[in-house]
Amino acid sequence: MGWVQTFQNEFEKTFIRDDRYKVFITGFKNTLLITVISLIVGLVGGILIAMIRYGFSQMKKRKPVTIGKKLIYAVLWVVDKILALYVAVVRGVPLVVQLLIMAFVVMAGFPNKIVVCCIAMGLNSAAYVSEVVRGGINAVDAGQMEAGRSLGVSAAATIFHIILPQAFKSALPALCNEGIAVLKETSIVGYIAVVDLTRASDLVRSRTMSPMMPLMFIAVVYFVCVMILSFGVSILERRLKQGDRG
Amino acid sequence: MIEVKGLKKDFEDLHVLRGIDYTINQGEKIVIIGPSGSGKSTFLRCLNLLEEPTEGTVKVDGVDITDPRTDINKMRQRMGMVFQHFNLFPHKTVLENITFAPVQLKLQTKEEARENAMRLLRRIGLEDKADEYPNKLSGGQKQRIAIVRSLAMNPEVMLFDEPTSALDPEMVGEVLDLIRELANEGMTMVIVTHEMGFAREVATKVLFVDEGVIKEENTPKEFFEHPKNPRLQEFLSKVL
Repeated sequence: MGWVQTFQNEFEKTFIRDDRYKVFITGFKNTLLITVISLIVGLVGGILIAMIRYGFSQMKKRKPVTIGKKLIYAVLWVVDKILALYVAVVRGVPLVVQLLIMAFVVMAGFPNKIVVCCIAMGLNSAAYVSEVVRGGINAVDAGQMEAGRSLGVSAAATIFHIILPQAFKSALPALCNEGIAVLKETSIVGYIAVVDLTRASDLVRSRTMSPMMPLMFIAVVYFVCVMILSFGVSILERRLKQGDRG
Repeated sequence: MIEVKGLKKDFEDLHVLRGIDYTINQGEKIVIIGPSGSGKSTFLRCLNLLEEPTEGTVKVDGVDITDPRTDINKMRQRMGMVFQHFNLFPHKTVLENITFAPVQLKLQTKEEARENAMRLLRRIGLEDKADEYPNKLSGGQKQRIAIVRSLAMNPEVMLFDEPTSALDPEMVGEVLDLIRELANEGMTMVIVTHEMGFAREVATKVLFVDEGVIKEENTPKEFFEHPKNPRLQEFLSKVL
């Protein structure tokens, strides 16, 4: 019965002694907090970016003539180029590096590191979300836009009432997967000394010198969280498919 | 009513329309036929600027719609369009499909639009489908609803882009019947179609578009019985 004894020992060392379970709770709370806020920033920012870029791509089809419209066109042209660059940079630089740049260069000296994490990860997620939403918009049949415009409805109103609801529906599964990705990616925030779940296990492990228990524990926690999210996604997808049939 | 002058349209290096001049008068029913890739759909789509002409002008009641200063949305409200693939909004019910534009453009209140839509649906015998979603309907039903969706805007002219080409054969009749009804009521219309019998019966003028130009224009009787252009003769011998 040696292994039961070992397990009890390890468990006591990792969770009970010095109230170490509190470190894990703090870590888990931070992981959830950063995930949720990053996702909100990512969703709002991403949808905004996708709208601006799609709107501009529609505007390109007809050359502006009045001075006011030319000005709007010029501004949008610059904004579109900046956003394209932003998306390319975010996708081309490792998230850890982005986080470090945000913490030690852009927002150096900012006291609340959790806010720094949320901004860095939110901006990162926004780039990916914008591409997902853009993909969703492109998946909507071009005839939908034409039908709206042929009735005399403006491009903006057609995008809002006809294109976006359909785009969102086809992008929803991919958006949920982005949520899962963000949850797992929060495990890097320990790099700037924020105590999340992963960092919590590091702290405990460095005290107990016993890696097995804390690492297995957080792996299971992440896994369970992702399973719950995936289950939610699969239910959502099934319901959306039912909607397609009628 | 619609005056087309020197209309040209290029897609990159492809010259789809090579110079079309034509005037459509109030009450006329113009049917356009021609081989695939001849530019007939592009011509139709230039009439409400779904395609932007490369050169030339399209005047509707004297207003040049190719002029960027023209409020194209206002002009399109007077021109209904029916597509080959219906293009109903799948996330809206039949009733919402019909009321969307009039309500969105604040031309009618929700109640007015609803009443008007129900009247139109009764006309085509589909009032019981008002709260269904489009994917529950047959192709013929979808196309008839697409037609009344355009009618809800009280257009002065209707453009039909191969309205029966995507339909199963047994559903073609119900759609053509509705278009014929509109024609008899005096609606001005431009129809791109492959239904030769229908063209002959409904058209006031038939146009043969080929290689981006109008190669022949005549009354249906002359057009089908005494075609002059050799390309048209060849085309008719293949399809009739």
